Amino acid sequence: MIRATNVSKNFGTFAALRDVSVDIPTGALTALLGPSGGGKSTLLRIIAGLETPDSGTIEIGGEDSTKLSPQRRNVGFVFQHYAAFKHMTVFGNVAFGLEIRKRPKAQIKARVDELLELVHLEQFAHRYPAQLSGGQRQRMALARALAVEPKVLLLDEPFGALDAQVRKELRSWLRRLHDEVHVTTVFVTHDQEEAMEVADEIVVMAGGEVQQVGSPDDLYERPSSEFVMSFLGPTTRVGGALVRPHDVDLLPDPAPGTVAATVQRVVRLGFEVRVDLLVDDEPTWAQITRDQARRLAARPGDRVFLRAGTADIAREVAV
Amino acid sequence: MARYGLRTVALVYLLFLLVLPVGLICWTTFQDGIAPVIESLTTPSALHAFKVTAQVAVLTVIANTVFGVGTAVLLVRHEFRGRRVLNMLVDLPLAVSPVVVGLALVLVYGRFAPFGGWLADLGIDVIFSLPGMVLATIFVCLPLVVRAVTPVLEEIGIEQEQAAWTLGSKPWQTFRRVTLPAIRWALAYGMVLTLARALGEYGAVAVVSGRIKDQTQTLTLFVEERFQNFDQQAAYAAAFAMAVIAVLTLLTITLLRPREDER
Amino acid sequence: MATLYLSLIVLIPLAAVVLRSMEDGLSGFWAQVTTPEASSALKLTVVASLLVALINLVMGTLIAWVLVRDDFPGKRIVEMLIDLPFALPTIVAGLVLLALYGPSSPLGVDLAYARSGVVVALLFVTLPFVVRTVQPVLLELDKEVEEAAASLGAGRATIFRRVILPSLLPAMLSGTALAFARSISEFGSTVLISGNIPFQTQVAAVSIFGQIESDNMTGAAAVSTVLLVVALVMLVALDLLQRWGSRRG
Repeated sequence: MIRATNVSKNFGTFAALRDVSVDIPTGALTALLGPSGGGKSTLLRIIAGLETPDSGTIEIGGEDSTKLSPQRRNVGFVFQHYAAFKHMTVFGNVAFGLEIRKRPKAQIKARVDELLELVHLEQFAHRYPAQLSGGQRQRMALARALAVEPKVLLLDEPFGALDAQVRKELRSWLRRLHDEVHVTTVFVTHDQEEAMEVADEIVVMAGGEVQQVGSPDDLYERPSSEFVMSFLGPTTRVGGALVRPHDVDLLPDPAPGTVAATVQRVVRLGFEVRVDLLVDDEPTWAQITRDQARRLAARPGDRVFLRAGTADIAREVAV
Repeated sequence: MARYGLRTVALVYLLFLLVLPVGLICWTTFQDGIAPVIESLTTPSALHAFKVTAQVAVLTVIANTVFGVGTAVLLVRHEFRGRRVLNMLVDLPLAVSPVVVGLALVLVYGRFAPFGGWLADLGIDVIFSLPGMVLATIFVCLPLVVRAVTPVLEEIGIEQEQAAWTLGSKPWQTFRRVTLPAIRWALAYGMVLTLARALGEYGAVAVVSGRIKDQTQTLTLFVEERFQNFDQQAAYAAAFAMAVIAVLTLLTITLLRPREDER
Repeated sequence: MATLYLSLIVLIPLAAVVLRSMEDGLSGFWAQVTTPEASSALKLTVVASLLVALINLVMGTLIAWVLVRDDFPGKRIVEMLIDLPFALPTIVAGLVLLALYGPSSPLGVDLAYARSGVVVALLFVTLPFVVRTVQPVLLELDKEVEEAAASLGAGRATIFRRVILPSLLPAMLSGTALAFARSISEFGSTVLISGNIPFQTQVAAVSIFGQIESDNMTGAAAVSTVLLVVALVMLVALDLLQRWGSRRG
């Protein structure tokens, strides 16, 4: 387990972390999710020992690591911009940590080959980083970090510098990799979709504080604040309450608990249909299926009746 | 700890190699107050040396600005055979000894060389007079403007110029209204470097000028000649004046550099 | 146009030097280069330049390091002072050094008319080369690469040797080559401090100057040709170094 207790960190007058305490479970894949400047990268770098906290402690696997240098923490760290050793081959990069640990040559070779196979770079062993694509470089960086069998694997926006397609591939690949390797993994991201898809556990951070910790389902179904709710998916307002647009029902006729609305625009997005509405001159929108839209047959200017769905969680939330 | 060690080594090295010697010159120059300094810098010989130096420097800056911008545009905007060779040749003057530069010019433009003799018959003396000194200075300063302008030209790309063409701008108009404004700080930087180098050139000018006092003597030659004649006061005073120019150049360069980054 | 300009001012004159040195054939050239005076001047020049290049390699890198990674009051002034040797006329540089390390040295160190004086003068004029080539590379070095090495267990010395040094090496060698080329060809700063004593402190450029003065143009041209060849070799070496450095970028 990684345990941060009352960790604070300031950069000049900017408070990056304010008294943060959080437990990260062993063996799980945990996402630190939040807007940029929210303190998640700082927390990750403090866990790695690349920054020292102004106050508070870090325990890794029950051992107080607050004062340990990064060299002695035995963590693997993967950077957003790869931090490849440009003058070394792919093999040299992955072997680096093992060479520092003075492992026998044959053992290094076997381990590096094994890892390059794991990240599908075996045929690129003798290339230089400059000859690889971004995705390949990041997989090399991952193999380099895993080579030393770290207690913890830390990834700082690992897919942030890649284009959308490669990013999606690497994302599901990371999930599969973790299912194979089982090392305690923490990754930082500002992309809620990425966090929801990959992580077992999500720590939402903003303003230097932990907002909520839980499984992706927990957070989506039971957000503890409007901030968490709006950060984790689309939201809209109906009569002052924050709801998910797919929880909004549209009816052709009035019924108990409905409010009247005027249709502004109907946009088909493949399977989904987005309906822009005005309720008492306040804009809102609903996300309905194609079938529902066909039955409703609404056109701009029509009058419809709107019910914020039964699964409206936001009403239970302390706003 | 290691940090302070390195800092100390670096600063001590600079202190003894750079700061103390230059500082000492200032101190020695003004040892007897400011009056002798002014006096030795206003003798007819000194004033004449100032004048010759200024003439050489100004002509060099003009010639190399025109050549430098032209060559930079040629190297960056045009594809032609021998471009790589030209690109390397431009750097050649930086690696050639100033004395060799002087000798080379004497061998071609000297009175006893075929070409120089022909020019002399036309009444044009190159060596041992101003044209030769300007030629020598142009030679040693040749790469400065080119190398200041080339990277900027590469960086701004050709799109702005193409946009100007599509708007009906003629080549010269495009150059004057689009290219030149884009490279102006880099050009200014190169010109300042050229000016400083031209003012301070010694070796090449020493060979081609014949070092004729009150005729072809520049400031650097004046310093050397005064020093050899045991007139230390005048030598130090002129050296100090040139050191001041050097520092002013540095300040100007420092001011011009961030401008370049802003773009 | 540019080619014509370059030809008139640079190429034709330089070709004339080479032609003149071959006036009496290759054996004549060889005889001129191996006169005791010329060969001792060339030897001194090469040895002093190698020494100067080596010192620059170490000190220049060290100064660049301090300027980039360290912070202390007055750093901006030091930063500006580095370029002073480029801006200062060489004859003034010689005079300045003679004032501190000459017969009337306030430190009591008299290097005038000695080979060590020549070395000091060359160190002065070549100071900026390595500093200014290494500094931008050091500035652009990705801090994360060092952090990656640290989290893999590398200590400070190992990080420097295995991660930083290899990245700096092309720039260090380029700067050193520039300093070497400049030392080989240097004239102005060595004139005063060397005292121009043949067989002792006379460097190649000063020897050429002496031969021009005594109207031995062929001899001057021969030694000049040697310097020209060295200059060309250095240019090619620099071109190769640059490619090497950028290939790994």
